[in-house]
Amino acid sequence: MDSVELARFLTAMTLAVHIIFATIGVGVPLMFAVAEFLGIKRNDPKYITLAKRWSKGYTITVAVGVVTGTIIGLQLSLLWPTFMQMGGHVIALPLFMETFAFFFEAIFLSIYLYTWDRFKSKWTHFLISIPVIIGGTFSAFFITAVNSFMNTPAGFEMKDGKMVNVQPWVAMFNESFLIRSFHVVATALMTMAFVLAAIAAFKLLKNKFKKDTEYHKKALKLTMILGVVFTLGSMLAGDLSAKFLHQEQPEKLAAYEWHFETESNADLIFFGTLDEKTQEVSGAIKIPSILSFLADNNIDTEVKGLNDFPEELHPPMIVHYYFDIMVSMGVFCLIISGAFILTLIFKKLRKFTYSKSMLYGALLTGPAAMIAIEAGWFLTEQGRQPWLVRGYLKVADAATQAGGLTLVTILFGILYMILIVTTAYVLIRMFKNKPAYKDVEENTPERGDE
Amino acid sequence: MIFAYIGITVLGIFLFSYIIIASIDFGAGFFTLHAKVTKQDKQINHLIGRYLNPVWEVTNVFFVFFFVGIVGFFPDAAKYFGTVLLVPASIALILLTIRGSFYAFENYGPDSKLIWLAMYGLSGLFIPAALATTLTISEGGFITGSGDNIDLDWLELALSPYSWSVVFLAVISVLYISSGFLTYYASKAKDKPAYDLLRYWFLFWGPPMIAISLFVFVSLRLQNEVHFLSAVTDYWWMFLLSFICFMGVMVLTLMKKWHGFAFILVILQMAFAFFGYGASKMPYILYPYVRIDEGIVNSSMAIALIIAFVLGLLLLIPSLILLLRLFVFDKDYVEGKK
Repeated sequence: MDSVELARFLTAMTLAVHIIFATIGVGVPLMFAVAEFLGIKRNDPKYITLAKRWSKGYTITVAVGVVTGTIIGLQLSLLWPTFMQMGGHVIALPLFMETFAFFFEAIFLSIYLYTWDRFKSKWTHFLISIPVIIGGTFSAFFITAVNSFMNTPAGFEMKDGKMVNVQPWVAMFNESFLIRSFHVVATALMTMAFVLAAIAAFKLLKNKFKKDTEYHKKALKLTMILGVVFTLGSMLAGDLSAKFLHQEQPEKLAAYEWHFETESNADLIFFGTLDEKTQEVSGAIKIPSILSFLADNNIDTEVKGLNDFPEELHPPMIVHYYFDIMVSMGVFCLIISGAFILTLIFKKLRKFTYSKSMLYGALLTGPAAMIAIEAGWFLTEQGRQPWLVRGYLKVADAATQAGGLTLVTILFGILYMILIVTTAYVLIRMFKNKPAYKDVEENTPERGDE
Repeated sequence: MIFAYIGITVLGIFLFSYIIIASIDFGAGFFTLHAKVTKQDKQINHLIGRYLNPVWEVTNVFFVFFFVGIVGFFPDAAKYFGTVLLVPASIALILLTIRGSFYAFENYGPDSKLIWLAMYGLSGLFIPAALATTLTISEGGFITGSGDNIDLDWLELALSPYSWSVVFLAVISVLYISSGFLTYYASKAKDKPAYDLLRYWFLFWGPPMIAISLFVFVSLRLQNEVHFLSAVTDYWWMFLLSFICFMGVMVLTLMKKWHGFAFILVILQMAFAFFGYGASKMPYILYPYVRIDEGIVNSSMAIALIIAFVLGLLLLIPSLILLLRLFVFDKDYVEGKK
């Protein structure tokens, strides 16, 4: 591999690892805050235990998220020095603010984790979760602003190959910023609701500690309700994104859907294979006119095809599969959580709420949502190819020329493998032989204690 | 022009804060390992854990601030450092990752393993060594090529007495600062065995640190004569003040008095040395490629950054004070009653 491919590969590897932990980082604080809120409100130690145990596992993932985040932050300069010289000073503001938000979160997370018993009122401790949620959400917002800038650059003028006359706020609040941030935060919340649901479902299926059944049922119910809400939010965000792409980055949308000829009543294609020479798609499920509808809520809308763009600006055709995976995983999560909610609403269906098949379905939503996250990021990142900053800087012109890149890539590869395996090992050990009912007993105030 | 100086001051403050806080952190990790191996862990580990668990995550942020600030204020420096530092910075990053994650695995995880403790204890000492290489490179003389094809001259770096003396100084300073802080923390916790051990370590690391500092001066003369002359003619008084603070620290610690004040003197000692070093290096960030007054960010971004910075501090300082009050200045917590 040449240095451009190596730099791309290493960046992709780092991001693929970091995004797992970043998603956990953005999604979980709201979950434990909701659980704690319910616990205090209903005076139910089971919810308090949920909040405690979730936040305990969260500590481990946050640590890994912090270090992998530091890696990607520095790797931007190490692997793409030309990009940082050219664009670094245009996007410095959101980068800087991201750090502030993260700092804010780190401080209050530390306080949250170590002050469970230190305040007189239980609500005081709950209130500390709010800055944690704000910090996590805003850091996702700001860092997405940086990524949005690469897709829809704004707030500067080009002069002799340099970006000048920078308008920091315009660069930060670029066109795609709001839609993308919304999508990032909504899907992170959705994913974490399902990951936690999957854990509860797993525990219920295994049923190792009979006394824990009630506790895990509560967890499953709570996360499934949250899950369905955030899935609907994510789908709305996804729909807005498609409409945005139709307007502003049509070549990306066209590549997602292997849409070559500009036409109205464009079909939506699921899976299938592509012959790149003849541009023929075979074995795919075609839904007539839906791509047009997706782009503009009107089946007669003309959707631009890839053939309208010079071939060297085409994104790689593999992005289509990422799109299919992302969408189908999202739909799968909606079906399972929707079914779960229906059993809660209709009395006749109650017997299915915690049935085996429902639990297996719930078990699959966690991994499915995480796969959707990965696929979604691969989709948007590779969909921007060949540009690094769309319209201004190509990936091929920005990679570092320093020696030692192969060595560094191998070292990071080994590091990530160790990290993922060890994190999983620690998290599993943490809860494997620790039944929840004992924690619940600990969190139950004794009589006369108040 | 004025923005260049504001920028470098902001970055200097962040880097200095990181050096102090991270030193406490890294040194504490090493002491934990050392105590475990020499079977003294019952004496000090609970004390170190009580301090580190709530604050280590905040440490990392100062580092992130620093390099994000460099990109923001001095994009040219980001390009040069980014290219030249690929391997050393990647190694530092890998060490930081091992340190951070294994710290969490060891301390928040379900059970303790000596190998995990060893990983984070040792990586804590290698990180300052790896990061110190950056300072060495910024003195110039280790970069080959020109224009877009610059790269690091490894052989030159490996054979340089200056680079080695900086590495040793960094490692010893970490142990010195860390034991200094923990002595104070132990005295506050009224933890006699921990206090005795840490005070011994503190006194042990002080003198060699001063000796190596002198060696750094001598070798700087070989590496970068301009910088050396500026340091000894214009800023000699800062280094003198630093040394006076050091003497004060040693006297107070020997007399077992005023450990809080002694640690403030440690910070001042380091501050005089650090800012003396930094000021005498000006106007170069990376000698002779990047000067602070060239390749500075445009004024509108600089203003935006400064506004964001001030607003951010207004938010952060009260939060930090809250954190410190809960975990460092809270008497009951420090003494282990909470």
